[in-house]
Amino acid sequence: MLTFMGRRLLYMVPTLFAISLVSFLIIQLPPGDYITTLVAQMENDGQSLDAATIEALRVRYGLDEPFIVQYWLWISNILFHGDFGQSFQWNQPVAVLLERTLPFTILLTFSTLLFTWVIAFPIGIYSAVRQYSPGDYLATTIGFLGLAIPNFLLALGLMYVALFVFGQSVGGLFSPEYETAPWSLAKMGDLLGHLWIPMVVLGTAGTAGLIRVLRANLLDELRKPYVVAARSRGLSEPRILLKYPLRVAVNPFLSTIGWVLPALVSGEIIVSQVLSLPTTGPLLLGALRSQDMYLAGAVIFIVSVLTVVGTLLSDILLAKLDPRVRLGAK
Amino acid sequence: MSINIASEEAVAEVATAEPGVEPEAPDGTTKVDRDRAGQWRLVWWRFRAHKLAMVGLVTIIVIYVIALLAPFLAPFSSTTFDADYIYAPPQRVHVVDDDGNWGLHALGFTLEQDPETFALTHTVNPEDRIDLGFFVRGDSYTVVGPITWDVHLFGPTDPDRVVYLMGADRIGRDMFSMLIHGTRISMTIGLVGVALAFGLGVLLGGISGYVGGAVDTIIQRIVEFFMSLPTLPLWLGLAAALPQDWSSTRRYFAITIILAIIAWTDLARVVRGKFLSLRTEEFVVSARLDGSPGRRVIFRHMLPSFSSHLIASLTLSIPAMILAETSLSFLGLGLKAPTVSWGVLLEQAQNFRVLQDAPWLLLPGVAVVIAVLALNFVGDGLRDAADPYRA
Repeated sequence: MLTFMGRRLLYMVPTLFAISLVSFLIIQLPPGDYITTLVAQMENDGQSLDAATIEALRVRYGLDEPFIVQYWLWISNILFHGDFGQSFQWNQPVAVLLERTLPFTILLTFSTLLFTWVIAFPIGIYSAVRQYSPGDYLATTIGFLGLAIPNFLLALGLMYVALFVFGQSVGGLFSPEYETAPWSLAKMGDLLGHLWIPMVVLGTAGTAGLIRVLRANLLDELRKPYVVAARSRGLSEPRILLKYPLRVAVNPFLSTIGWVLPALVSGEIIVSQVLSLPTTGPLLLGALRSQDMYLAGAVIFIVSVLTVVGTLLSDILLAKLDPRVRLGAK
Repeated sequence: MSINIASEEAVAEVATAEPGVEPEAPDGTTKVDRDRAGQWRLVWWRFRAHKLAMVGLVTIIVIYVIALLAPFLAPFSSTTFDADYIYAPPQRVHVVDDDGNWGLHALGFTLEQDPETFALTHTVNPEDRIDLGFFVRGDSYTVVGPITWDVHLFGPTDPDRVVYLMGADRIGRDMFSMLIHGTRISMTIGLVGVALAFGLGVLLGGISGYVGGAVDTIIQRIVEFFMSLPTLPLWLGLAAALPQDWSSTRRYFAITIILAIIAWTDLARVVRGKFLSLRTEEFVVSARLDGSPGRRVIFRHMLPSFSSHLIASLTLSIPAMILAETSLSFLGLGLKAPTVSWGVLLEQAQNFRVLQDAPWLLLPGVAVVIAVLALNFVGDGLRDAADPYRA
C-alpha cells in the first residue's frame, strides 16, 4: 500500500510541474506585460505610477528577464512565500482573493460530488436489478437528458422555477442579511438553503454518467455464475446483491472521480457565474476579461492542482478497497 | 495505470449493455443477403434497427439542411433589427382574422414607453394586420460568390414590416431568424473542431499504439495530463489571450483550434486501444509476415477494420465541441458579435432578470439540447452497429 502511494505521489510531481508551466504560459500569453497593462489601467482611472514604483515592480516580477527566470520567480514565490502576485483589478494580493473564494469552491465541488453519489447509487442499483422496468427506462431517459442539457441552461431554468414559481430568493450563497454576519448556526442553515440549487445543477451531468456506469457494471456482475451459485444455496436476494456483486461493481464507480472531478470544476465556473456565487469561477472570468493575468493564472493553477489532488485521493481510496489495483499497478 | 483501464472498460461495458441492438433481420433480408453484404451495408442494417438513432439521424440531417439554406429560410438577415421592438414577445400566426377573411397574418403591436424607465411594453393591436406569405421578397443575401437573391421562404409580404415569431432580443432582432442563422456556426464549429482533433488523435494515438514502448508511455502521460485537468479554465485562459481586433473568421478558427487542443486526447485513447488490440490479430500478423511495410499494414489493414468505430467516436465528440463553444461564447470569451452562434445568442440570457421579461431568449439553448441529443443518439447507434460481425 505504501509503495503504491509513494509511486502515485511520485507520478504527481511531473504533472504538477506541467500544470504550473501551462498556468504561467497563460499568464504570459496576452500581448504586453503586467506593468504595461497596470499603467494603462491606472491612466484610465486618472492616476499615475511613479517611475520608482514601476521599476520596483519590474524587478519583483522579473519582467526584463527571460521566460525561465520569470517562471522561477513566480513559482518560487508561490511555493516558498505563498505569494501569488498582485491583482491590479482588485488592488489586493491574489492570495487574499483566493483565500476568500477557494473554500466555497471546495465546499461546492465536494458537496456536489457527494450528492451525485447519493443520487446515482440507489438509482443505478435499481436500474440494474430491475432492468427494462419502467423505472429503468425513466432513469435512462433522464440520464440522457442530463448529459445533453448544458449546465447554464439548467441553472437558468431552475432559477426561473425557484424565483417565479416558489418565490425563493436565488443567486449567491447567502441571503442579504447573512452576507457579512459572523458564522453561526443560522448562517450555516442559510448557506445550506442556497447550496442545493448549484448542487443539483452541477451534479446532473455527473449523476447521469454515474448511473450508466454503475448499471452496466452491476448487470455484468449479476450474470456471473457465482451469483447463481449463491442464489441456489438459498441466500436472500438483498444479501446476494450487497455481499458480492455490488462490492465489485462499486470499484469502477469510485475511479470515475477521475473524470467527474475535472468536469465539476469546469461546470462550477459557469454555474457560479450564472448564480453569482462567491467562488473562484466568477473571479477567474472577471480576471480574464480585464486581463488581470496573475489572478487568472493563479486561479487556473490552484483549481487544476486541487483537481489532480482530488483524483489522487480517489485513486488511493480505490487502491485501499481493491487489492487488484494496489498490487497490479506496476 | 490500471485505474484508468478499469474506467475505460466500464465505459465500453455501457456500450455493450445497451438493449435493443441485436441484429434482428430487417425486412427483406435473407441469410444469403447478409452473407453477401459488405461491412458498411451490415453496419447500416444494424443502425437502421436502432430507432432512436434513426430519429437522431433525421434530426441531424434537417439541422444541417437548415444551416445550409439559412439565409433563405430565415425571414430576416442577421443584421436586421428594429429598436422599437426590443424584447417584443412572440407573435402568433393567424389563418383567419376576426372578420372571417382567410390569409396568413400576424397582429402588430402598439408601443408604450414607460416615461421613467424607458422600458417598452408591447400590446397586441388587433387592428394592425401584418400579412405573411411564402417566397416573399426581403433582405438580399449572397447565394454563391457574386450572386445575390432576396427571396425568403417565409415572411411578411411587405418587406418594410417586421414579424417576431419567437420574440425579439435586446436590440430588437428576430429570434427565429437569429436561431436559423446561428445554426451555421454552431453546427460547423463541431465539425471543424473534430476534424482537427481527429488528425491529431489518429496520428498520436496511432503512433502510440503501433510503436508502443517508450513512445507509448510518453504520449500516454501527455494524454493523462490533459485528461486530469479541468478543461474549461484552460479554454477560457487561451480564449482570453486571443487579440480583440481579430476578424470573426480568424477568431472562429482560433476557437476551434483551442477546443481541439484538448479534445484530441479522447480520440487518441480510442485509436491507441484499437491498435493495441489489433496488433496481435492474425490478419495483421500475416500481413506483416507477407512483407507489407508498416504504412501499408496501418492504412490498408488496420485502419479500415475499425473505421466504423472511429466514425462512432467522432460523432460522439461533436456534441462535446458544440457544448464547449456554447459555454465559451455564453461566458463572453468565445465567439463574439457580429458572429451569430447559439452560444453568442445565449449570452444575452446570462442575467436571469432578463429572463423574467423575455424567457424566449433561452430558445437557442433548446436548439443546443436538441442538436446534442440527436448527435448522441446517432453516435450511440453507430457505436452499437460499428461491429456487425459481433454475435
